[in-house]
Amino acid sequence: MRPDELEHLQLSRLRETIERVQHVPFYRDLLAQEGVRAEDIRTLEDLQRLPFTRKQDLRDGYPFGFFAVPLSRVVRIHTTSGTTGKPTVVGYTRGDLDRWSDLIARNLTMVGLTENDVFQNAVNMGMFTGGLGFHYGAEKVGMTVLPAGTGNTRRQIEMIDDFGVTAIHCTPSYAMHLAEVAEEMGSDLPSLKVGVFGAEPWSDATRNDLQDRLGVTAYDSYGLSELFGPGVAFECPEQDGLHIWHDSYLVEIIDPATGEQLGPGERGELVVTPLVKEAMPLIRYRTGDITMLLEDDCPCGRTRRIARFSGRVDDMLIIRGINVFPSQIEHILMALPEVGDQFMVYVDRNEHHLDEMTIHVEVKRQYFSGELADLARIQQKIVRTLRDTLELRTAVQLVEPGSLPRFEGKARRVVDRRTNV
Amino acid sequence: MTPDEFIIRQISVFSENRPGRLAAIAHALEEERVNIFAFSIAEASGFGVVRALVDKPEKAHARLTEDGFNVAFTDVIAVRMRDEPGGLYEVASMLGDTGINIEYSYAYSGPAGAVLILRVDRPAEAIERILSAGKELLSAAAFR
Amino acid sequence: MSHWNPRFEEMPAPELDRLQYRLLKTLAYRLYAFSPFYHARMRESGVHPDDIRSLEDVQKLPFMFKGDLRDNYPDRLFTVPHEELVRYHVSSGTTGKPTVVGYTEKDIELWTESLARALTSIGLTRGDVIQVSYGYGLFTGGLGLHYGAERIGATVLPTSVGNTERQIELMQDLGATAICCTPSYLLHIGEVAERMGIHLGRDTSLRAGILGAEPWTEEMRRHVQDWLGIRAYDIYGTSELSGPMFTECADQRGVHIWRDLALVEVIDPETGESLAPGERGELVLTMLQKEALPICRYRIGDVSSVKDGECSCGRAHPRIERITGRVDDMLIIRGINVFPSQIEHVLLGLSEVGEHFQIEVDRKGALDDMLVRVEVRKEAFSDKIADLMAIQRRVADRLKSVLNVAVRVELVEPGSLPRFEGKAKRVIDKRVL
Repeated sequence: MRPDELEHLQLSRLRETIERVQHVPFYRDLLAQEGVRAEDIRTLEDLQRLPFTRKQDLRDGYPFGFFAVPLSRVVRIHTTSGTTGKPTVVGYTRGDLDRWSDLIARNLTMVGLTENDVFQNAVNMGMFTGGLGFHYGAEKVGMTVLPAGTGNTRRQIEMIDDFGVTAIHCTPSYAMHLAEVAEEMGSDLPSLKVGVFGAEPWSDATRNDLQDRLGVTAYDSYGLSELFGPGVAFECPEQDGLHIWHDSYLVEIIDPATGEQLGPGERGELVVTPLVKEAMPLIRYRTGDITMLLEDDCPCGRTRRIARFSGRVDDMLIIRGINVFPSQIEHILMALPEVGDQFMVYVDRNEHHLDEMTIHVEVKRQYFSGELADLARIQQKIVRTLRDTLELRTAVQLVEPGSLPRFEGKARRVVDRRTNV
Repeated sequence: MTPDEFIIRQISVFSENRPGRLAAIAHALEEERVNIFAFSIAEASGFGVVRALVDKPEKAHARLTEDGFNVAFTDVIAVRMRDEPGGLYEVASMLGDTGINIEYSYAYSGPAGAVLILRVDRPAEAIERILSAGKELLSAAAFR
Repeated sequence: MSHWNPRFEEMPAPELDRLQYRLLKTLAYRLYAFSPFYHARMRESGVHPDDIRSLEDVQKLPFMFKGDLRDNYPDRLFTVPHEELVRYHVSSGTTGKPTVVGYTEKDIELWTESLARALTSIGLTRGDVIQVSYGYGLFTGGLGLHYGAERIGATVLPTSVGNTERQIELMQDLGATAICCTPSYLLHIGEVAERMGIHLGRDTSLRAGILGAEPWTEEMRRHVQDWLGIRAYDIYGTSELSGPMFTECADQRGVHIWRDLALVEVIDPETGESLAPGERGELVLTMLQKEALPICRYRIGDVSSVKDGECSCGRAHPRIERITGRVDDMLIIRGINVFPSQIEHVLLGLSEVGEHFQIEVDRKGALDDMLVRVEVRKEAFSDKIADLMAIQRRVADRLKSVLNVAVRVELVEPGSLPRFEGKAKRVIDKRVL
């Protein structure tokens, strides 16, 4: 598509989105307050007149506050962990599912996959959008989909061999583990040629390692549930930055402190206005992810790319593909009478390349009975409560009261000991 | 003597499983001139509980608490047993036959004979059973 | 009651007969021509597609067994080229290689169609919020119900299994009106909800449970409906048939098998003879339109019967009795056939004990010894040993009268028996045979 045609399309879809958000009380009030109407948006520059949407806003709308259509038109709900307590709910109309799987199908086609490929989807399905998202996308391409899920790694490797799997989707850390087990089993996975890795940040060093060991070309995939799920940005065979389908997502990079737009080559927070979301339209959604627009055009001829992600503006951690906010942990611990409010989080990567999170907490004096069994019970209770809320298994270490660092001012409760992935 | 006098206050101290923690506890007790008759360490993942019978439990409790430790009193009983093969069996089987569960125990053996310290689920019954069998229980006063 | 696909669902019996005969004949020719495996088997049995001249002639066709699928791992029974496959599901075998099922686009389409009809026949519509608490992934339960629920336009909540408290929270907050899961997992959800102070019937919008993937009983249905205040429907299917496929209609009178999709028979597992409606035996299914992995006279191993007469809903599609056990799960205790479902049936009729149980079979000397562990309900608990012994005796007497074999009963504390989130594994067989 020619740049002016694209801009025209973006503008008209942006106006439609503004019309659509009028069905969401949050936006109706916000836009009225700012005095912005759809007809005021004459050029894409006018986007800057619109207010931002933050994750906290979505959380405050729990459960259906951001739905712009009646529930009877919503055919799918996913939830994603929130910063504290209740999760963030996202909804999809039938058209949304169609457009979402279409975006993923475009990405998979971009890296050369066709209906003749066999696609092993080795991530969790269910509430995690990465699972069903890629399932529908790969199905749309016409590939043979093997919904393998996670776990039972030896079985996964047998399946790759037995079914002649040509493409795999999983987290980069699980891919490392898979490579290791395959080596142990003496399989060099001859059929595999494409690896699609996402849901957590990974480095070029990891890419080289994975490409060597799995014999694949490894592609970075980016997305988040609030923007449908995976499929927001994806690498092309040049493997140099991620392409965004600009007909569906309007992208800005801003200075997270001032909210000012930044130019190409300047790193800042990615802000996305999805243009084709029906059930849950959003305006200027602040992703919290740090990247930049790349200045030069991609040799593949597709539209402007963003750089691979280099961190977060907030303290969100990504552990085995799951987003964890220290505030969630704090929230959980505060609700447990047995432990104090102080805590420390240590993140490590174990010998199987899997992330491990260890949380240190102090047991309160009045809950120390003197019995070892009672302490073990408290420890188990904390592990269970954390697992249920974070959907993540963590290790919990009980430490002596007063032994954890106390912070004046900004607390540094997270020690991330993972070497760059 | 009433059965209550055979209930002995053990101090239990929560301790992380890392170098220097036992030394810190021992040093604090030394400074308070608290004598340790017997102690044991039970460990779980990453932490443990140090249990000790001392001559001045209140003083030990206060000092360790002041030092930031989690300290609790736990009721135990102490049985004198024959310091020869079969001595432990005699006491353990006596309680087992009555259906009294021993949650944990530790022992010390010195010039005055062997003493078994027991944490049981039903202390009153255990005291009665041991005394009626003619065995000797140490009173709390014996540790002062 | 509304129909998802009135053309097929309202088709009168004679027309269904003709349609089914045509589909069967086509299937026989297709298998003879494209399935080397089934071609060989037909030749061994001396039958040719031309011999199929009526619906009854289905009995001339040879059986397929679960072992045939495993022996031809992974894909040697497939009759389409690989480019036409769009999905694999794999069910883990207890021994050796798993069973692999491939799907063409049409296979997925008809599976989804079957469930769309089924869910509509229960009374679910696009206005419903359906929580799918079956496992997603290689297991067919999750994705199967997901596609079916999505097809009717309902809001799908793909919670998958596990994290029960979160499931209950979402059910309540997002207004789920129906849940799909195993019956034992629903009981578990009910118990956990109660501990959280939530009554599913009163405190949530839930009104229907679509329960399957393990056998359950009428008593259990009554219990679930009375206790949780929702309607409980049976769903049936295995991965070889595509996945969960068929459910009861709103009238709850047995699981409807769509005749344009499947032909159902019940046989005597010993002789292979067809049995009449009402007679209990092994279910045998022929999938009439399945492409990638054709299924013809497949001996599924489930024990059931075809119900006599037409359903009050007016659909002329036959209904099967709920599955009362597995032909191969059947325990033989001192020469007597015992199905775990019979035990469940007895326990649900006794108010003093819970519905969870565990069976331990051992050999004492030359004799089989069966021990059934049950939980005493809190209300029935007494510190008088005599009261507990009376309960124990009552349970043992009732079991003996139903099973025709004496069993020992052990009472255990409420909540102490294992709960199962997937298929219940309640039998421990320690016999060395």
